[in-house]
Amino acid sequence: MLDLEVNAFVQRLAAAVHARGEPWIRDVVPALGGLALHFDPGFDGVISDVAAELIERCLKDGLPDAENVGREVEVPVCYDRVFAPDLEEVAAKTGLSPEDVAARHAKGEYRVLMMGFAPGHAYMGGLDAKLALSRRATPRAVVPMGSVAIANEQTVVYPYAIAGGWNIIGRTPLVLFDAKRDQPSLFAAGDRVRFRAISGAEFEGFGR
Amino acid sequence: MTLRILRPGILMTVQDEGRHGYQHVGLCPGGAMDPVALALANALVGNDVDEAALELTILGPDLEFGADTLIAVCGAEFEANIPLNRPVWVQAGKLVHIGRVTRGARAYLAVAGGLPIEPVLGSRSTYLPGRFGGHEGRTLRRGDAIPLAANVAALSRERFEKLKGKNGRSVRWWAPPLTAPDREPILVHVIEGEHYGRFDGVAQRAFLDTIWSIAADSNRMGFRLGGAPLARPTDESEILSAPTCLGTVQVPANGQPIVLMADHQTTGGYPRIAEIAWADVPRLAQLAPGGKVHFARCSLDIAAQLRKAMRERLEAALHGIAWEYGN
Repeated sequence: MLDLEVNAFVQRLAAAVHARGEPWIRDVVPALGGLALHFDPGFDGVISDVAAELIERCLKDGLPDAENVGREVEVPVCYDRVFAPDLEEVAAKTGLSPEDVAARHAKGEYRVLMMGFAPGHAYMGGLDAKLALSRRATPRAVVPMGSVAIANEQTVVYPYAIAGGWNIIGRTPLVLFDAKRDQPSLFAAGDRVRFRAISGAEFEGFGR
Repeated sequence: MTLRILRPGILMTVQDEGRHGYQHVGLCPGGAMDPVALALANALVGNDVDEAALELTILGPDLEFGADTLIAVCGAEFEANIPLNRPVWVQAGKLVHIGRVTRGARAYLAVAGGLPIEPVLGSRSTYLPGRFGGHEGRTLRRGDAIPLAANVAALSRERFEKLKGKNGRSVRWWAPPLTAPDREPILVHVIEGEHYGRFDGVAQRAFLDTIWSIAADSNRMGFRLGGAPLARPTDESEILSAPTCLGTVQVPANGQPIVLMADHQTTGGYPRIAEIAWADVPRLAQLAPGGKVHFARCSLDIAAQLRKAMRERLEAALHGIAWEYGN
C-alpha cells in the first residue's frame, strides 16, 4: 500500500543524502516507498556498510521538512475535446459532466510521488476521489506528448509520445523533459503541482 | 574531418560510458552495453577509457575515413578486413569492412581523439527512446558523416609511432577480449532480488536451473529470457513501483524474466527475482538473440569480489596496452 507519510519521508531522506554530495554515489532515486543509491562501481568500500552509515548520519543530523523538498510548479492544461479523447468516458463513468471533470482536475493540489516510466514522467497524488478510475483496458500504442491523464488516485503528464493506458483528459503545451535544458525535467519528486485550465487559443499561443 | 558510413550494419550507435545523475528524474545512465570492451577499444588507440565510440551490434558497417586514422575494434569477434583487438592504422579513403559477428554480440570501434560530438547532459551516448545524444539521437544510417578530431591525422601518426611491436599497419600483439563468451551457456552470477522469497522453491530452482535463451525482441532496454515460464509468485500482494538497476531481473505476469540493460526504465513494479552481479553484466551484453545463459546465486560479498576481480583484470589489460605505448 502506498503510504503518503513514508513517501514524503523517502523524499526528505533523498534530499538529505543528495545534499551530502558523496562522490561514490552516482544517483539518488526516491520512489513510492523506497530509496535507491546507485554507487560508482569503482568504489572500494563495503557498500552496504558505507550506505547504512550514510543513512544513519543523515537521520541523526535531521532531514529537511517536507515543505522544503521540491518546488511549486504550475502547469497550464487545455481540457478541450480535441486534446481529451477520454473526457466523455470519464464523465460518463463518474456521473459528472465533462466540464465538472475538468474543473475538479484543475482544482486539485498535487504532489509528485515518484518519477519513473520515462524521463520527466511524474506520478502525482492528490486526485479528487470522485475522479478515481482504473486504467483503460487496452493501452494506446501512442499517447501524444503533453497528454494529461488520470487513473486510480493519481494524475500524470506524458513527456513523450509513448504507449500509455491512462485516461486522457487534456494536454499541456509545456515541454516536460528537454535534454538541452540545464534542468532537463520540469518535475522532480516532492514538487507541489497545480494545473491551470487554458483555452485552445492560449495553448496555441505557447507555440510548441 | 569525418568518417563516413557507407553501409550501417545493425543498430550502430555512438556510446560512451553513459550519463549519470539523472535517474531521479527518470533518465537511465545508458551508455555502452559492454563498458569493458569500450574501455579497451579506447585504450588501444591511446584515448581516455570513457571516450565515445561506435557500438556495433551483430552486423558491422562499411566505413570510410576522411583522414589517416588510428582505430581499434574490441569486444565481440566480427568478420572484418582489419585485425581486431589491436590498434590499426587506416589510411584516408581506405574502406574498413566489418561483417557478421562470429562470437559475442557487440564491439566498439574507437578512433584516436574520440568522436567530438556535442555532449548532451554530460555524455555523448545515444539514448534512442528519448531521441537525443550521439549522432542526432538515432541509429547511424548510410551516408552519415561522423566528426573526427580536427587533428586526427597528426594525433594518429604520433600515437602509432610510439607503439611497440609494429607490423605494417598494425601490431603483433592484441588485447585480451575480457567479455566475449568462450562457450554457451555463459554463467552469470546473481544475488537474490527483493522479491525472491515471493516465489516458491520450485520457481526459485527453475530460475537457477533453466538454461535461458535471449529472445529476439531483446534490445538495449532489456533482454527477455526465453524458456519455460516461471510460476507466479505465491505471495501476490501489491508491489509498489520501486527503483530498478542495471541487471535487475523482473518477472512479469507471463513468467518470462526480463533483465534490465543499459537503457532500462528507472523504476518498475514487477516482482524482482534477482539482481545480476555488476561484473557479469558486460558478459551478458555479449549475448545475441538465441544466446544461452544460466544463473548462479551468490552473496552480496561474492558479487563485490567479482566486481573487484573484473576491475583488476581490466586494469591489468589497460596497463599492458599503456606499456605498448611506452607509458
